[in-house]
Amino acid sequence: MGFVSPGLVLHYALSRPFLDGALMTLLISIAALALGMLVGLAVALAQKLRFLRLAAIFYLWLFRGTPVMFQLIFVFSVLPAFGIVLSGFTCAVLALGLNEGAYMAEIMRSGLEAVGRGPVLAARALGMRENQVMRHVVLPQALRIVVPPIGNQFIGMLKLSALVSVIAVPELLLIAERTASATFRYLEALAAAGIYYLVLTTFFMLVQAVIEWRLSRRRRRIAFPALTQLLLRATADTGRTR
Amino acid sequence: MVVLEARGLKKSFGVLEVLKGVDLTLARGECLVLVGPSGSGKSTLLRCLNLLEAVDSGRILFAGEEITNAGRRAPEIRRRIGMVFQNFELFSHLSALDNIALAPRRVKKEPPARARARAQALLEKVHLPDKADAFPDELSGGQQQRVAIARALAMEPALMLFDEPTSALDPETVGEVLQVMQELSEEGMTSIVVTHEMGFARRAAHRVMFMEAGEAIHEACSADFFGPGVPERVARFLGRIAA
Ligand SMILES: Nc1ncnc2c1ncn2[C@@H]1O[C@H](COP(=O)(O)OP(=O)(O)OP(=O)(O)O)[C@@H](O)[C@H]1O
Ligand SMILES: [Mg+2]
Repeated sequence: MGFVSPGLVLHYALSRPFLDGALMTLLISIAALALGMLVGLAVALAQKLRFLRLAAIFYLWLFRGTPVMFQLIFVFSVLPAFGIVLSGFTCAVLALGLNEGAYMAEIMRSGLEAVGRGPVLAARALGMRENQVMRHVVLPQALRIVVPPIGNQFIGMLKLSALVSVIAVPELLLIAERTASATFRYLEALAAAGIYYLVLTTFFMLVQAVIEWRLSRRRRRIAFPALTQLLLRATADTGRTR
Repeated sequence: MVVLEARGLKKSFGVLEVLKGVDLTLARGECLVLVGPSGSGKSTLLRCLNLLEAVDSGRILFAGEEITNAGRRAPEIRRRIGMVFQNFELFSHLSALDNIALAPRRVKKEPPARARARAQALLEKVHLPDKADAFPDELSGGQQQRVAIARALAMEPALMLFDEPTSALDPETVGEVLQVMQELSEEGMTSIVVTHEMGFARRAAHRVMFMEAGEAIHEACSADFFGPGVPERVARFLGRIAA
């Protein structure tokens, strides 16, 4: 490769396949995170019930003890042998979401536990039924605790979703690879994908900051965090190995 | 008229018998102060009375109705019994006003405007008219406890239970909370107060009950309770907490 062509980077970035690829990355991430949150909440609640605790622990053991790449390939290539044929997209969401649930469970559990017994007793003493206590006291208080880590998980998911290129789901990285191998313009194609990743992660970091700021109880008195602070926090994102 | 009557309440946690047959009668408008050493079962008694804890045996009658095994109706009964906790237990995600208005709105299904107007009136009653928008962590302990009292009053209870409402407070703010409680008592609120504030017991209580090791071992009208001739054990306790 003789020279870098910024024009070509821009051309790729604005081309239909890259746009579709970015959209696919976004869709997979949102769907997998949503599934992960549901599974995580269910597992967190199950851990509190004696007859479900063992099942919950088995789930955590299984999904934390194996690589997410393994889970992805397992869902994609082993399930069809049992007559379960799913689209690549569904496989991607299922594998990433189930894996995410195993980590989200911990976030949800600590959120629920942080609320403590006191406010629950106070709510009961006011005559609330258990579902009202959950809905009006425990969940709103837990929400404020879980929003920051869930935001981090979503940023992580945007990056993790690149893995699904191995099961031929046309997300951003796969598009970049295909384009590159067709034209041998690796640098430009990957740069175009990289720009999309940065745009997505930066945008959602901002969204996360806005949500956190709005949920913070004293929003009238807390200034919106500085941009540099947001970026620093994003690069400090755990980068957990899965 | 009797608001609350308890007969032979017993409660154990495992092998530990915390209540060993407690009797209690409370007439409308009466303020009963409950004293006794740590671990004697005062908090457990209060929690049993509003059904947050189930008794093992005995009977509880509230407003002429047996509520001992209310089961699914327990939340309905708790609506009419207010409770104030040592550590306030305000809802940290809500402003003072919303803390007070939450239960009327969600439990009594009051229209929001009405619930908020009543909440504001209750804030005035506890002498915090300009704290409606403050969140719990922006209030002093004494202010939080007064919001907690207003929150309980918002359900218009027929009985208030106070479990050491001033024990977690700085000495400077104890007075403002006791002041509110005394005003309530003077307005005729029926209440049971667990406290070590004997000044309050002298001023506001009609009767004082002394508990030890799960039993109510002495009960008297407040003039007699602090007068001569109380049982040796009670006199020693009073001497100790006055010291
Ligand atoms: N949920 C529970 N499980 C087991 N034991 C308990 C429970 N609640 C209370 N106890 C025990 O019951 C006894 C009485 O407790 P309780 O809180 O009623 O006492 P108290 O008179 O309120 O004491 P204090 O003045 O310290 O508040 C204590 O020994 C306590 O450890
Ligand atoms: Mg106690």
